[in-house]
Amino acid sequence: MFIVVVGAGRVGSSLARAMLRDGHEVSCLDEDPESHARLDVGLERSWEDSGGQFTVGTGLEVDALAAAGVERADAFVAATDGDNTNIIISQIAKRRFNVPMVVARILDPLRASWYEEQGLHTICPTRIAIDMLEAEVRQAAGKTDGDGSPRGGDGSSADPEG
Amino acid sequence: MPESMYVIVVGAGKVGWNLGRELLDKGHEVTLIEADRDRYLTVEQELEHNVQYGDASELWVLERAGISRADLVIAVTGDDEDNMLICQVAKEKYLVDRIIARVNNPRNREWFDLLGVRPHVSATDLILRLIEHEVPEYGLIHLLDLPEERLEIIEMLLSDESPVAGRRVGDLDLPEGSLLISVLREGRGFVPGPDTVLEPGDEILAVLDPGVEEDLKRFFGPDGTQGAIASSQ
Repeated sequence: MFIVVVGAGRVGSSLARAMLRDGHEVSCLDEDPESHARLDVGLERSWEDSGGQFTVGTGLEVDALAAAGVERADAFVAATDGDNTNIIISQIAKRRFNVPMVVARILDPLRASWYEEQGLHTICPTRIAIDMLEAEVRQAAGKTDGDGSPRGGDGSSADPEG
Repeated sequence: MPESMYVIVVGAGKVGWNLGRELLDKGHEVTLIEADRDRYLTVEQELEHNVQYGDASELWVLERAGISRADLVIAVTGDDEDNMLICQVAKEKYLVDRIIARVNNPRNREWFDLLGVRPHVSATDLILRLIEHEVPEYGLIHLLDLPEERLEIIEMLLSDESPVAGRRVGDLDLPEGSLLISVLREGRGFVPGPDTVLEPGDEILAVLDPGVEEDLKRFFGPDGTQGAIASSQ
């Protein structure tokens, strides 16, 4: 599979490396030339020597998208640090370049859920964190036998009002 | 324009602030939304409760501003992605009747169109158009483009070598899908009749179907070469 990843931050670069290791063809697009260094981390050889591609530019520039190979991409991942950028460029990949599989990283749960309803495939790390934290806290609350008192409450704690 | 509208203006930069003030003066109800705290505090000193602090690409900020009852949403931030997103949700999620978006980088115009964010306004494009108008050698000037209605109005200056200079309008076999609607001569405009003789220096106005532009350019030969050669063959 040929995968284009826009945004080579922590998320984008880790995903890109993992896909490359799985044997896929991977092309990264980032406006910051320095972000290239992050792609090399943990690789025995450099990103390019390992078979990866890197293009400097943004997901709104037709030339940069073309250089990154979006026209023949099987999958497109929008993983920049901007929610709105990810929402817009993933729609461009879908509607203009007809990429079959498009997914956008969106931190804001409200925007993520609305665009998901509109047919855009979204991943919301914030939603995932909220759900996991909720589950953890609920589980902890269950262990206190539901008496609601802090730390099992034997009444001997240093309560300034007590 | 209705007597009084509820208008949400996103981005209280120079454009948004002035726009907000003008709309208030005209008697409209206005809410400006600004994401930069310092800028918000500055604008708030003048516009008071008409400006709210927040990032309008967060949906709850738009809802707090009452987007569901807005007649018009105008997105004029300095960020094209933000302007596109805000107008897209205004139109498709909150069913706002009218939106206007600012295009900062004219190369992004294609994406505004792709996402159905229209109309959009680009200061850069407006200035480029003015330059075209001030420098007629540039050839053909677009006075009006209505892509949805499939209609254009263009203006062209006839050079000394134009193959139509000295010819009667009635004798011209204009390209199909075009119509000569006006001639500007020595600062005055008139509607040409069949007996009107075109002169070098005339500016002609024509209405045309999209795609006829190149034919028309050749026909009137703005650079005085293509047209002359074509007509002598």
